[in-house]
Amino acid sequence: MDDLLREFLTESAEHLDTVDTELVRFEQDPNNETILRNIFRLVHTIKGTCGFLGLPRLEALAHAAETLMGRFRDGMPVSSASVTLILATLDRLKAILADLEATGSEPTGADSDLIEALEYMAEHGTGAAPAPAVIVPEIVLPEPVSRELKPGEVTLDDLEAAFLAAPGPDEMDFGSVPALPAPEPVKAEAPKAEAKVEAKAEAKPEVHAPVAAAEGETNHNNKVQTIRVNVDTLEHLMTMVSELVLTRNQLLEIARRHEDSAYKVPLQRLSHVTAELQEGVMKTRMQPIGNAWQKLPRVVRDLSAELGKQIELVMQGAETELDRQVLEVIKDPLTHMVRNSADHGLESTAQRVAAGKPARGSIRLSAFHEGGTITIEIADDGKGLDLAAIRRKAVERSLASQADVDRMTDAQVAKFIFHAGFSTAAAVTSVSGRGVGMDVVKTNIETIGGVIDIATQAGKGTVFTIKIPLTLAIVAALIVRAGEQRFALPQVAVLELVRVGANAQPVEYINGSPVLRLRERLLPIVSLTGLLGAEAAAEATGFVVVAQVGRQRFGILVDEVFHTEEIVVKPMSAKLRHIPLFAGNTILGDGAVVLIVDPNGVANQVAQGAQASAGQAEAEAEAADAAEATTTLLVFKGGGGGFKAVPLSLVTRLEEIEGDKVEWLGGRPLIQYRGRLMPLVPADDGIAIKSEGRQALVVFSDGERAMGLVVDEIVDIVEERLDIEIAADRSDLIGSAVLRGRATDIINIAHFLPMAYDDWARGPRKAQKQASTLLLVDDSAFFRDMLSPVLKAAGFHVVTAGSADEAMATLQADQRISVVVTDLDMPGRSGFDLVGAMRHGGERLAGMPVVGLSGSVGAEAVERARTLAITDLVAKFDRSGLVAALGEIGASAEEAETQNGVARAA
Amino acid sequence: MKAANANGAETGPTEDFVTVHVDGVLFGLAIERVHDVFVPSGVTPVPLAPPEIVGLLNLRGRVVTALCLRRRLGMAPAAARTEGEATVTDRGMAIGLEQGGETFALIVDGVGEVLKLGADTRESVPINLDARWRDLTTGVHRLEGRLLVILDVDSLLDFGAKDSRGARGAEAA
Repeated sequence: MDDLLREFLTESAEHLDTVDTELVRFEQDPNNETILRNIFRLVHTIKGTCGFLGLPRLEALAHAAETLMGRFRDGMPVSSASVTLILATLDRLKAILADLEATGSEPTGADSDLIEALEYMAEHGTGAAPAPAVIVPEIVLPEPVSRELKPGEVTLDDLEAAFLAAPGPDEMDFGSVPALPAPEPVKAEAPKAEAKVEAKAEAKPEVHAPVAAAEGETNHNNKVQTIRVNVDTLEHLMTMVSELVLTRNQLLEIARRHEDSAYKVPLQRLSHVTAELQEGVMKTRMQPIGNAWQKLPRVVRDLSAELGKQIELVMQGAETELDRQVLEVIKDPLTHMVRNSADHGLESTAQRVAAGKPARGSIRLSAFHEGGTITIEIADDGKGLDLAAIRRKAVERSLASQADVDRMTDAQVAKFIFHAGFSTAAAVTSVSGRGVGMDVVKTNIETIGGVIDIATQAGKGTVFTIKIPLTLAIVAALIVRAGEQRFALPQVAVLELVRVGANAQPVEYINGSPVLRLRERLLPIVSLTGLLGAEAAAEATGFVVVAQVGRQRFGILVDEVFHTEEIVVKPMSAKLRHIPLFAGNTILGDGAVVLIVDPNGVANQVAQGAQASAGQAEAEAEAADAAEATTTLLVFKGGGGGFKAVPLSLVTRLEEIEGDKVEWLGGRPLIQYRGRLMPLVPADDGIAIKSEGRQALVVFSDGERAMGLVVDEIVDIVEERLDIEIAADRSDLIGSAVLRGRATDIINIAHFLPMAYDDWARGPRKAQKQASTLLLVDDSAFFRDMLSPVLKAAGFHVVTAGSADEAMATLQADQRISVVVTDLDMPGRSGFDLVGAMRHGGERLAGMPVVGLSGSVGAEAVERARTLAITDLVAKFDRSGLVAALGEIGASAEEAETQNGVARAA
Repeated sequence: MKAANANGAETGPTEDFVTVHVDGVLFGLAIERVHDVFVPSGVTPVPLAPPEIVGLLNLRGRVVTALCLRRRLGMAPAAARTEGEATVTDRGMAIGLEQGGETFALIVDGVGEVLKLGADTRESVPINLDARWRDLTTGVHRLEGRLLVILDVDSLLDFGAKDSRGARGAEAA
């Protein structure tokens, strides 16, 4: 393929696209001479070039189309049928061009179907045209030759000559056109049509001539200012500029070290020029977003015909520029979304009228700059998303549970349409409704770091908002250090930086997963070094980069943050592209290559963990729900301003004392309380006991002993379902829960009691020689976590199991276990089943003492417990009862040991 | 490792090879595939990458993926050296190769002269060679006193994505 042909192909493709758009505009505005002239000129150019290059098929088609358009120019009324026919012709032209591009030669075939239809219409006018080819324009009749121009041949040449003789667009006054009637020898036109032609022709010049002339002039001026440059050339230029920037940065670095450098001034200038050059090259990559929209008017027009809806497409901000790379990626998603809006979003004309809306539906496409991003909105004034149907569908497809769906906001529900295969369309149409696409749209947009949002209002319409970065080539990035390496983090995703560590805010761990308290919210954190497979440092110090991807917010723990830098994004090697954590790489000012961390990739990693733990939390919450409905909790402030809570059932009294009443004995604070000395324990290390003013206390007592927990402030008593969100791996906390919309730590009293009395836990019982191993069985992780410290404090080595089956396995495996504490009401195999199995499980298990925990101790349960030789039944929240029961068992076991026999616990 | 005897003394045009060595073994690379010979420096390791990949480096403004021939061939790590990425390249040389518009740097112990060799010294790959080597080599030339193993550049660069999972596991181990 020679260069000439290649050039022709690119040019023609562009021209045809323009003609597409212009024709649709022309159809709506048939009196606009400028548009018609533009179309005519473009088709004429294609025809001319085809003739020159020896492409008869293309030439014939273009010629026939041109003829028909010439008739429009002469004043023939523009009808939808004729525009459809021309559009079909353009499609054929494009198909031939595509073939030509692939094979290098014009494909064989005949276009007589279209040509005949075009000619027929040109001769007979659209009103009379039966237009058989309009309906099936794609069918290629098996005609042997493509030269089927006979009936109009002479005529058309003459016509052509007439056009050529006509004044050019600049000096042209359309008023002269009627004066130059095409010398048509074929006078087969219906008189009616002719009359129309004349009437139109007369009316036209008066109204539009001055406008047309003005527009023609501006068009002419615009034309000469562009030059076609190969993309590779631009890319190369870009690379070179990056290199130059690099070198400049190095020079600046050197100059900084030499104070009195004579290079300073020229270097400054170099710096400026480089910056400008960089900007300039960047600009060459920018294209108006209108390029991506070019095909849409045609798409909407076709859809409008296909669906029988009247649709108006409004486009705003087509001149908004963005990087061509980004443009390529969003082209298809945009088209898809517009199709979707036309098909699903807008109601049928009848429905619209019934709803009191204008019959013509409208789709508004707008684009504008906003900071470093570009925002694109696709809005329709249709019926809005059927949220009820989406909710139903989401549950049906088990994307979420009914309860979840009920709790979700409308915006969250709307997002379900981005799930693969999700469609609520009652009927699948050829346009859409197959549920394919929206997920692809979302994926495409997310790959370029964009986000998509939906706002919908029943009966009013739906607005999709897409935010995408202006360019992928150069981004502002935060340079951070993790381990020994530096990484770049794109700044778009970064919300803020938080210093963490020993002297700053600490990172806390829940079952090994780090979290950070950030303005009363828990922020999941991932360590960058950990993500990258290296071992994370034992202590989390450094910075947490708070990032947001979509709706997900998370923290990335890094060791050091250096600065921000505009980096040139270079793609990852094909060998490394499978690593989801990296978006690319770049060369920094000092010449080093650093990897660009992809926030999306990190978010996915976080989400994998988060989903697991969220699922876990849900499961726990459900179990807690089943066990008991609500818990009354005392909420107080203690340490670091955070909220803490403790089950009210454990609290004896709330007190407020005078600060000066606090006495110190042996370094421990005490107060005289009801004639006794009561030790005080701060609820958090951060709390200082006030020496004056009033000090709030939460008093816990157990028999004769009492302890005052020092808190900053008593806040509230709430009765709420205790959904332990995350179980903390800290002995002073059971976990965290959201109470009244605030993240609250649930404190573990078992941790504080021994601080007041060293012997609190052990006191009432005999000191044991060795810690015996206890198996705690409870399906709820919350209770396991709540009871484990209590039992540990009571001197047991605690092993836990989450189900009866797990418990049996643990019992078989761990020979040290000497006592079992089990929840009796467990889903699946209950605690009774477990004990039943144990009693048939060999001598050791058959004789093992068991304490049963039950929410309700009924007569039936007691009876059942007796038959199974369950040593003791304790209510689930009766901590001291449990400890006492275990104490008895310990005593009897010791007794049994001394008797050197196996005691069957009664 | 003696070549099977198939001494077909064919006549034909000569080929040029850039010779490199790793652990005393001499390898040849078709000269038309070699774009560069340079001393690698400032290699940025890529976490989670296949083990063959040493990292990325800046070659005159281009980001180049550095690939360790030693690891690619499954040879033992250099003596008295740890697995650390950067150390491997401290003393080595790099051969710039191109494939699919991407540049790679093949890290070797050293680069020797360019040899012009005819088909008369060429042998096919000995069948008793390690399978991994057989996949990466196209032949062996008998030189005076030593053998020159001809490497196939395309096969050398044909790794990564498909066995990345295994590779990652291996790296983690």
